[in-house]
Amino acid sequence: MLPILVPLGTAAVLMLAPKRPAPQRWISLAGSFLLLASALLVFVRVNDAGVQVLQIGGWPAPFGITIVADLLAAMLVVAVGIVGLAVAGVSFAGVDPRREAFGYHPLIQILMMGVAGAFLTGDLFNLYVWFEVMLVASFVLMALHRTRAQVEAAYKYVTINLIASSIFLTALGLLYGATGTLNMADLARVWPTISSPGVDTVLAVLFLIAFSIKAGLFPLFFWLPASYHTPPAAVGAAFAGLLTKVGVYALIRVFTLLFHGAPPALFMLLLGMSTATMVIGLVAALNERDFRRVLSFNLIGHIGYTTASLSLMTPAALAGAIFYVLHHIVVITNLFLVSGVLLRLRRTTDISGLGGIYRDQPVFAMLAMVPIFSLAGVPPLSGFLGKLAILEGAFAARAYWVGGLVLVVGLLTLLSMGRTWADSFWGPAAEPAYFAAPGMPLLAAIALLSVLTLAMTIGAQPLFELTSRTAEQLLHREDYVRAVLGATR
Amino acid sequence: MEVLLALASGILYAAGVYLMLRRRLAQLIIGLGLLSNGTNLLIFTAGGLTRANPPVVPEGAVVLVQPYADPVPQALVLTAIVIGFGLLAFSLVLAHRVHATVGTDDVDEIGREP
Repeated sequence: MLPILVPLGTAAVLMLAPKRPAPQRWISLAGSFLLLASALLVFVRVNDAGVQVLQIGGWPAPFGITIVADLLAAMLVVAVGIVGLAVAGVSFAGVDPRREAFGYHPLIQILMMGVAGAFLTGDLFNLYVWFEVMLVASFVLMALHRTRAQVEAAYKYVTINLIASSIFLTALGLLYGATGTLNMADLARVWPTISSPGVDTVLAVLFLIAFSIKAGLFPLFFWLPASYHTPPAAVGAAFAGLLTKVGVYALIRVFTLLFHGAPPALFMLLLGMSTATMVIGLVAALNERDFRRVLSFNLIGHIGYTTASLSLMTPAALAGAIFYVLHHIVVITNLFLVSGVLLRLRRTTDISGLGGIYRDQPVFAMLAMVPIFSLAGVPPLSGFLGKLAILEGAFAARAYWVGGLVLVVGLLTLLSMGRTWADSFWGPAAEPAYFAAPGMPLLAAIALLSVLTLAMTIGAQPLFELTSRTAEQLLHREDYVRAVLGATR
Repeated sequence: MEVLLALASGILYAAGVYLMLRRRLAQLIIGLGLLSNGTNLLIFTAGGLTRANPPVVPEGAVVLVQPYADPVPQALVLTAIVIGFGLLAFSLVLAHRVHATVGTDDVDEIGREP
């Protein structure tokens, strides 16, 4: 519960606090520290004592709203805390004053609250509400600007997300009509007893479409590259790191808890969508010449990795997927911040306008090298380990062609990120070159995330054991159900 | 009654999708509104319809008397209406902003470079 209340409290304080930048930034940073601390607290308790449950208002499980933290949710909330800290820290480097005056800091906190709530809730309708909280905050952050490109991106983003929400809500209505409950644990219990094949498939596909739009899976991802490169780097970093992951999380949750008995065709559909996402995302990334658009398409392609692993539904594949999600949150957030520094250094993120960064800013280049090569999957960084885990999962599940595709797409990623690195950091500086200082807060945030990536590399063994346990926990639904509904059932 | 409401919700969906495929921003927003109302109606219908039996425990009784209306879909619809209203208001403001910035409400024109 704490990880939801902390950002809410911070946002409230921020709205009441003086509107000058300095206090707003410090309060935001302090709030982010508290969020991370509370997330770690929850994680330690879940790790020691198993699934933690809170029945809001004291209503027993299937009737009230339940907050549930299992290992997956707890780990992801910790990741939210880390991203929140990085984004709050970056604001010290300067935010556009108009933005700051219109409630930039409270909105970031509310975004964090929405994401944490979506991870922690144990009720599907409540998940919808958290989605909306998160979306409204992201809408406003997206639309705070007035340039043509940003306005265009904002209305596309808003429309497609509202459609996804409508589909999600439709699915919820039908689900309630079919089962009479929306508590996830209760649904997992009731579902096998009353589902007829038709209802099962219709609902699964509706959920699949709604969450795939959020996660950015083929063929539903076109809104993402059209919008993610327009907001300022810190906002882009928070969006890229967290929002699509909520879609992935929701897919993992409903597929492990509800639709595990769905017809194989459904999993084939998810697998097909995921693999198409991987290939198309990376091919499109190779075709882009703007640093941030390259990142957007890489983001999409790598979402495909995680959902492809999910669709195999074996413990090894699922563990790989979770490891990859964690790695990807850290790395992609970092890369969007790197793009912010590039924008400051050269006033553009078009790769042809970059170049020569390595010579001017060796420290920054070294820091940026970690996430770039980690995303590219260069051993021994965490991206390589994540891909290896997914590959092992795919081969263990005898899905050899998935494994092969993972390898091919890995190669494409290496090509895309390697070329980006070579052109923008090593290549000759464009004339006339524009030089500026990168700003210490940005560098600090990038350093934090890069160190974290290195830590995930060095500590991969314990982390992988953790994700394996998480996968086991996800596939043993009985524990989750028992923790939520109590021993009486 | 169920058939009637199902039809109504279907018509709202169809009209909403049709309007969203149009080129004007205003029509897009009206379409979104219709779509969300169609969804609300669908939740209400799928949750089961009961006539004139509010879920209130009568005086002297301890439990509800069958049959009674399920209060959960009503709560869900209420929440969805509030959220939908907020989002509709936001998208109206956004459309206004788009119009003020770009000077057109034609969806095809917005993406075009001037």
